[in-house]
Amino acid sequence: MKSFVIFALITLALLTFGLYQALVAAPTEATMGDVQRIFYYHLPSAIIAFLCFFANFGASVYYLAKRCPKSDAVAVATAEVGIVFCTVVLITGPLWARPVWGIWWTWDARLTSTLVLWLIYVSYLLLRRYSAAGQNPVLCAVLAIFGAVDVVFVYMSIRWFRTQHPAPVFGGGENSGIDPRMAHAVYWNLLAFSAMALLVIWLRYRLERLRQQVDEAHATRAIAGGSR
Amino acid sequence: MSTGENSQPPSAPILVLKEVTKLFGRFAALRAISAEFTPGRLYVVLGDNGAGKSTLLRAIAGLARPTRGDVQVLGSAKIHEVTARIGYMAHAPLLYDEMDAMENLRYAARLYGISDPARCEQVVRMVGLDPTLARRVGQYSQGMRQRLSLARAVLNDPELLLLDEPFSNVDIVSAREMVRLLGQMRDTGKTILVVTHQPILLEGVADESVVMSAGQIVARERGVSSAYRHDAAEVR
Amino acid sequence: MATSAMSIPPSANSGRKGEGPTFSDVLRATLAKDLRLEWRSKEAINSMLFFALLVVVIFSFAFDLTAEESRRIAGGLMWVALLFAAVVALNQTWARELRNQALDAYRISPAPPEALFLAKTIGNFIFVILLEALMAPLFVIFYNLRSVGPPYQLALAFVLGTWALVSNGTFFAAMSIRTRSREVMLPLLLFPISIPALLAMVSATSTVLTGEGDAHLSLVFLAVYDVVFTIVGLFLFETVLHAE
Repeated sequence: MKSFVIFALITLALLTFGLYQALVAAPTEATMGDVQRIFYYHLPSAIIAFLCFFANFGASVYYLAKRCPKSDAVAVATAEVGIVFCTVVLITGPLWARPVWGIWWTWDARLTSTLVLWLIYVSYLLLRRYSAAGQNPVLCAVLAIFGAVDVVFVYMSIRWFRTQHPAPVFGGGENSGIDPRMAHAVYWNLLAFSAMALLVIWLRYRLERLRQQVDEAHATRAIAGGSR
Repeated sequence: MSTGENSQPPSAPILVLKEVTKLFGRFAALRAISAEFTPGRLYVVLGDNGAGKSTLLRAIAGLARPTRGDVQVLGSAKIHEVTARIGYMAHAPLLYDEMDAMENLRYAARLYGISDPARCEQVVRMVGLDPTLARRVGQYSQGMRQRLSLARAVLNDPELLLLDEPFSNVDIVSAREMVRLLGQMRDTGKTILVVTHQPILLEGVADESVVMSAGQIVARERGVSSAYRHDAAEVR
Repeated sequence: MATSAMSIPPSANSGRKGEGPTFSDVLRATLAKDLRLEWRSKEAINSMLFFALLVVVIFSFAFDLTAEESRRIAGGLMWVALLFAAVVALNQTWARELRNQALDAYRISPAPPEALFLAKTIGNFIFVILLEALMAPLFVIFYNLRSVGPPYQLALAFVLGTWALVSNGTFFAAMSIRTRSREVMLPLLLFPISIPALLAMVSATSTVLTGEGDAHLSLVFLAVYDVVFTIVGLFLFETVLHAE
């Protein structure tokens, strides 16, 4: 418990520092203005969403191989946290794009891949909810594997087959000549968001493990006592 | 035709259950069942609805993986390896309505890798159906359907036969015929487990009764008539 | 008299002789069985056909297109209609298995589950290709299409694209029959996974129809997609079949 509190406090500190970095320390972008600061939330969220996804994939593969309930708990936790960050990406993207480029959405490789990722997360969580208790983890693990393989194809397919919508060039914000203070803001927020993601995943994992243990206890009682 | 004592020397059990538990969510259909079954006998499994009889058969057939404990069939802990030597018949006929009897059996034969072309016909005659009948299974009476279902279950000449309520909704003539056939199969050395709500049909043919209640085996007795009790009394 | 007395014949031949079922034998037997069942009931074909037709007609009312526009979006329209129709077919073919618990029969038999998966996929593939063969002339007529690029590429796009849809569809249909709200689960699982294939299919079709550009890349992409996902499906089908 104590280590959790300490970690939570550290996360809070990082988030606060990250906020300062993003809103104050980083210079205002030349062409886009203050709106560009959304980028400091948009990019880290995207990275974490994909990282969660691959963590989910790893946990699912392990689950199918070893049928270990801990890895199933990890899979659920990373899926739920991942979808939250994915949603953040999909909201901050249009919020940024609209004032800067005049369009809410574009079907470029990055955004569309993220949307597909989000759809896969949703189908994973719905499958989780709608399949019967016993087969739940197995079916979801299988879906996670399909999803992971698919994301690779999605990215490639959009790059090659969506010629009408080239990716918006992110000006000086990403390519050569990035201001080092901007880079700092990105890194600190990435660190802060990663810490937060880990914190929430940890919490969710603990919750899932508790739920598994409660089920076990019920099962043991049902076996021994014959209660229905 | 009373069977009395099995005069063969004791042989290794054909089926061993060790602490077998099956959970559906929080409901325990089977609760830490441990039991052994001797080959060459006809067992009748009795009990109230919800006692776990069907689940027990499914666990033995490999259709319901035990949540805890293990099932050893024909000496193997992995049921999938010996599944070719097990026959299973449930209330659902496992047949296709749009095909006739021989088509259904021929397909099942290929699923089991049975190469003998005469086997299907032989099995159909064995259960008293006409192999030349071209009527689709969807138009069969229940008695005929159950007979065909039994035929499919014995197609691969299994050493262990699991029948879940084979006589339900079957006319008395067909039912008696099926019982006679089961007795004959038992006499050739097969082990048969029958779940039924009509134990009186098996009177004189069954070797042993296995009474289940609330997910456990509560009694095992010789023959049928005296063993069928609802309230659990003695546990072997 | 259809029934008579039961008895074991004196010389009871053991059906156990001979080795277990071979992969190709199970594959052929299951495919033949599925085709025969479908031929007799025509459930999947009829519902598919009707649904696809409906989609085509509704689209033509929903959009008022010039000839040039038609040529460019016809590819996409066709694949949308096919996608929905394929889902209908997939639900039907597995529903038939469920009806009499025939899945249990597969599970307790020694037949290799991968053979079952492949047989079902090929069967569904045949049905959907049949549907395409029936619908393609309709599309040509309704949208005044004519192939500017090489037609063999068009045929290849159809074959590869259909396989992509059907192999994943068969797999996810097998998964979704074990869930509640089964008919909704299938499209929910299938569509996100199929997006890359859809993009490639539409790109290839449009490219060939308008004659702009080369469909080569799309076709290779589709081929790779097909191979990868068929292998993944084969690998994981047994897990799904026995999950309970």
